[in-house]
Amino acid sequence: MSVRDDILGRLRRQLGRTDSTTLAARERVEATLALRQTGPRAAADALLDRFIERARAMISSVDRCATEAEVPAHCADWLRGQGLPTTLVVAPALAALDWAGAGLDARIGAATGDDLVGVTGCFRAIAETGTLMLCSGPQSPAVNSLLPETHIAVVPRQHIVADMEAAWAEARRELSAWPRAVNFVSGPSRTADIEQTIVLGAHGPYRVHLLIVG
Amino acid sequence: MEVRSMHFVSRVRQRLEDPELQRNLKRTRGRNAASRAAAVAAFPDFDAVRARATEIRASVLRDLDVWLERFEQKAIERGATVLWARDGDHACELIIDIARRHGVRTVVKSKSMVSEEAGLNAALEAAGIRPVETDLGEYILQINDNEPPSHIIMPVIHKSKEQVSELFARVHGTAPKTDIEALTHEARAVLRPEFLGADMGLSGGNFLVAETGSVAIVTNEGNGRLCTTLPRVHVALTGIEKVIPTLEDLATLLRILPRSATGQAITNYVSMLTGPKQAGDADGPEHMYFVLVDGGRADLLGSEFEAMLRCIRCGACMNHCPVYQTIGGHSYGWVYPGPMGSVLTPLYQGLDKAMDLPHAATLCNQCGVVCPVSIPLPDLMRTLREKQVERGLRPWSERIATKLWAWVAARPKLYALGTRVAVRYLRWLADGRDRIQVMGVAPGWTAERDFPAPAAKTFRELYAERRRGGGQ
Repeated sequence: MSVRDDILGRLRRQLGRTDSTTLAARERVEATLALRQTGPRAAADALLDRFIERARAMISSVDRCATEAEVPAHCADWLRGQGLPTTLVVAPALAALDWAGAGLDARIGAATGDDLVGVTGCFRAIAETGTLMLCSGPQSPAVNSLLPETHIAVVPRQHIVADMEAAWAEARRELSAWPRAVNFVSGPSRTADIEQTIVLGAHGPYRVHLLIVG
Repeated sequence: MEVRSMHFVSRVRQRLEDPELQRNLKRTRGRNAASRAAAVAAFPDFDAVRARATEIRASVLRDLDVWLERFEQKAIERGATVLWARDGDHACELIIDIARRHGVRTVVKSKSMVSEEAGLNAALEAAGIRPVETDLGEYILQINDNEPPSHIIMPVIHKSKEQVSELFARVHGTAPKTDIEALTHEARAVLRPEFLGADMGLSGGNFLVAETGSVAIVTNEGNGRLCTTLPRVHVALTGIEKVIPTLEDLATLLRILPRSATGQAITNYVSMLTGPKQAGDADGPEHMYFVLVDGGRADLLGSEFEAMLRCIRCGACMNHCPVYQTIGGHSYGWVYPGPMGSVLTPLYQGLDKAMDLPHAATLCNQCGVVCPVSIPLPDLMRTLREKQVERGLRPWSERIATKLWAWVAARPKLYALGTRVAVRYLRWLADGRDRIQVMGVAPGWTAERDFPAPAAKTFRELYAERRRGGGQ
């Protein structure tokens, strides 16, 4: 007997399964999947303010601009203001913006270990916790928000949703194929392993800058 | 990992007499409890979320066989390979096979408690494959001669920055530094090429989502993301009890896991990984494997210990346990310390191998109160104590003492006489002070603490006096 069948067989014995209780269990499982019951949630109002407040609490910096066309200029100003490099790796989803026009040296594609600034969009942003939801795919490599020391995310205002449940609902509706990786990012990488002292930039970005558009 | 839980008492004595460890434990004592309390207070109706989380975990266990089949089917549909492991040793064999098949030389690891259970690092090394721990705490332990972790989410809570500094200077050959930020960034610089060069990434799994066939992992450092994004092979190693039904259930559980663990509303990174790289994807592993481990879990289903399978490994029980906070995690002698470990170690390793663990508690129920999935930890420890007695595993002196106690307690007059004598004896031992330093008949009780001296009269005597007084 395979180990799989042995383990499942033992689970069934422990549960005292018969054909009829197994059938009932399968029906319960299908019903649970169909129902998608949500748990208790906090009230969802003033999404934009809440998102900004929570994102800052997670040590992301937040800036705003009116239109997507203004994104490269804002990025350039912010990077120069911080004394950071102006060479970027930009997710293909944002390839159409005029990066060179803002004086930025942008490469479109996936980040490598040498890239210092990575730019991404986001699928949704979650107001409850100030979190970005990034779905990996040809247009949005997962590495751009992970390998560079600085991560800039473009967050369309209408993509801010109340909570993770709302984000899942929109993913089910909008995505034709479920992405390999759904990464939720809440501020820069950090650790508190040594004497519970928080240090930013444990392995991933030292800083996360959110540019809300609209 | 080798089980050393039978040497609990001698280990506790060593830990209590270790001034450096006591200093380190004292530095963080109570801090996690305070963070959790603040995070829970800031969330509207945390109790309702806790109740829902408990229900999700309990409902999965009622139909665990079917949920696992369902998870497996979805994972396979997405191109992942699902393997089943009888126990830790078997899991190591399966993982070494995967590594050999893909020509793997280096494995970067994100924290996995099951890999500690299985002793995976030693097995990989024996097979000529190099494991690299990437969680900062786990990395510190690995380069310190594979020291075991002392906490499930803060593995080096027992070390000071000076100890880490000394270790880094010795192993990295760098100048000693006691600035915690500099130490952290030194580890980052050492580990970065490992992430970029490794052939295989191994992660644990906080949850397996049946709806999508995905593994969800939760980290603050981002090492989990790096291990599961960059190498060409990703192996997720988890226990069979980790499955949950839907994405909505994941959202609920993520509201209670970080709050219970570190007092965070969410960890910096939560990743949901589904299958290998797809056509057109710029990144991600080419191969994805799940290794689902039994290791004693199946036997708990339907037993009086089933509630233990709800555990989501947050560590809140140890963060609130007065015993854990005084003796540290290494005293418990296996992967899981604190109250959850005092239940899990005897269940997974055998009652006879962890005789003292179910007794390593004050039964104050702090752990039961904070457990986010409502596991009645003190009740489970008490049940384990009963099992030890039933199986004749307790020492003869204790067996006779409890029998004698039961016999006396069933005879009120004898009991009254006995307690009168005992109270006077204890008062004599206290010799006018309010503490007894050495207890005559059970010196073990007072080896590490004083025993409070009793009141001058027994409760029954006082009660009788007051009744007389009231009648006058």
